[in-house]
Amino acid sequence: MSEKSENNKPVLTKKLDKFLTGLANAFRFVKRFFSEVWFPPYEFKEILRQCYEIGYRSLPLISLTGFIVGIVFTNQSRPSLSEFGATSWLPALISIAIIRAMGPLVTALIAAGKVGSSIGAEIGSMKVTEQIDAMEVSAINPFKYLVVSRTIATTLMIPILVLYTDFVALIGSFINVNQNELVSLSTFFVQVFEAVSFLDVFSSLIKSLVFGFTIGIVGCYKGYNSSNGTEGVGKAANASVVMSMFLIFIEELLALQIVNAIRYA
Amino acid sequence: MHSEDEKVVEIRGVKKSFDENHVLRGVDLDLHKGENLVVLGKSGTGKSVLIKLMVGLLKQDEGTITILGKNTNNLKLKELNKLRLKIGFAFQASALYDSMTVRENLEFPLVRNVKNLTRKEINKKVEGLLDSVGLPKTINQMPAELSGGQKKRIGIARTLILEPEIMLYDEPTAGLDPTTCIDINNLINQVKEEYNTSSIVITHDLTCAKVTGDRMAVLIDGQFQAVGTFEEVFAQATNPRIKSFYDYNFIQ
Ligand SMILES: Nc1ncnc2c1ncn2[C@@H]1O[C@H](COP(=O)(O)OP(=O)(O)OP(=O)(O)O)[C@@H](O)[C@H]1O
Ligand SMILES: [Mg+2]
Repeated sequence: MSEKSENNKPVLTKKLDKFLTGLANAFRFVKRFFSEVWFPPYEFKEILRQCYEIGYRSLPLISLTGFIVGIVFTNQSRPSLSEFGATSWLPALISIAIIRAMGPLVTALIAAGKVGSSIGAEIGSMKVTEQIDAMEVSAINPFKYLVVSRTIATTLMIPILVLYTDFVALIGSFINVNQNELVSLSTFFVQVFEAVSFLDVFSSLIKSLVFGFTIGIVGCYKGYNSSNGTEGVGKAANASVVMSMFLIFIEELLALQIVNAIRYA
Repeated sequence: MHSEDEKVVEIRGVKKSFDENHVLRGVDLDLHKGENLVVLGKSGTGKSVLIKLMVGLLKQDEGTITILGKNTNNLKLKELNKLRLKIGFAFQASALYDSMTVRENLEFPLVRNVKNLTRKEINKKVEGLLDSVGLPKTINQMPAELSGGQKKRIGIARTLILEPEIMLYDEPTAGLDPTTCIDINNLINQVKEEYNTSSIVITHDLTCAKVTGDRMAVLIDGQFQAVGTFEEVFAQATNPRIKSFYDYNFIQ
């Protein structure tokens, strides 16, 4: 009886059904993370190994991108400022832009591509080759060993990488400013630090924690729920990137609203 | 050879469906202490599903599974895990952890479940097991560097490291050449002798069934339709589907 009506549902309802079940599953997955993260075993070794992997995997690309973003952003901002004869504000402008928005966003998007996809693929392939089942039947908690450790690692590492990106981008910016405006390193950085407030740095780090958590949990979720053999692994990797990038932008928007509310309160 | 009354596994009226796909439709099966029971059946009849139910990877819709005197319905995870340690599960596709070496694969279940082992004890155990499956040289290799037959044997070694009382082999000889099959069959018999295990061996391969099995059971349409010794099941096979199984393996 119930099966009949299920099959006769219009396509839209079916899609909505699927979407809602997916949402409920994702919610349960996140809930499981928060219920398991507090209790031993803590998997320190695995967390450390993952932290290293994340740093190692994303550092080259982040260095390059951060540096180029610094140079390009400075260069493109100069004409508008020079119209008002205000190029001396460049360091302050750049520092606010990089620390508040560009640094976290660029780092998170690159990490979503590099780290998120590889987490999705790795856990996905462990799922479809029954390695996760093998852990379960040897009384090992695969959720803890794989999901909790990776998510903690991304949550810790993204803020660190963001600080690094900020730094590299500012160096890039300095080189450009130094060549054009003949500003010295110390003057540049004094202006940079004068421009940013504690709230800027603090909110940027909190935001980065959230980005990191998103990248880790989404990659794990997509991998953990992959099916249909090797095809599913590719899909899981791809879906991890798309989903976490989408969420990162949403979170960026939300963070902007929240921080502005605090700033102008 | 084995005491008829001591049953290590008792399966009663087990049913399992995936949506419209009614896979197991009332399965009854006993595994006696110290015997190798071979489960035969066409691809897709639910043999893997049956042993996954036994270790709690899947949950049956109806029926009871009693293992070593414990009803597995409604077991707490802690209790279930305790039971799982007494069951060795050799996966159909080996399921070796491919980010770990052979040594780490074998150690992993051991160091996770047995506290306070010294490095020496762990090494001794790992090396001893690799010797007994005949692959001592692979210890530092990655699973990707192993052949299918080697993977199967390492998979079996990994399940043996916790000295299980019950072994579940999912198609241990599938996809292997005849010589390697013979090796695996011998290994299964050797495990039974050395570790005093009671085993369920799932296979399509009647030679494997004949060599390793004390009894066999044929799964057809979601139920066991013939249970007995090899001769009892096949010599007077009247069911054409059982007969075709036999013919395919020995006459072709
Ligand atoms: N997790 C699952 N979700 C949905 N259907 C499943 C699942 N696991 C198994 N099935 C279905 O159950 C049926 C039996 O599968 P099973 O793997 O037990 O077959 P099998 O007897 O082991 O076959 P083979 O000899 O090919 O390994 C198949 O039709 C399969 O599609
Ligand atoms: Mg199977």
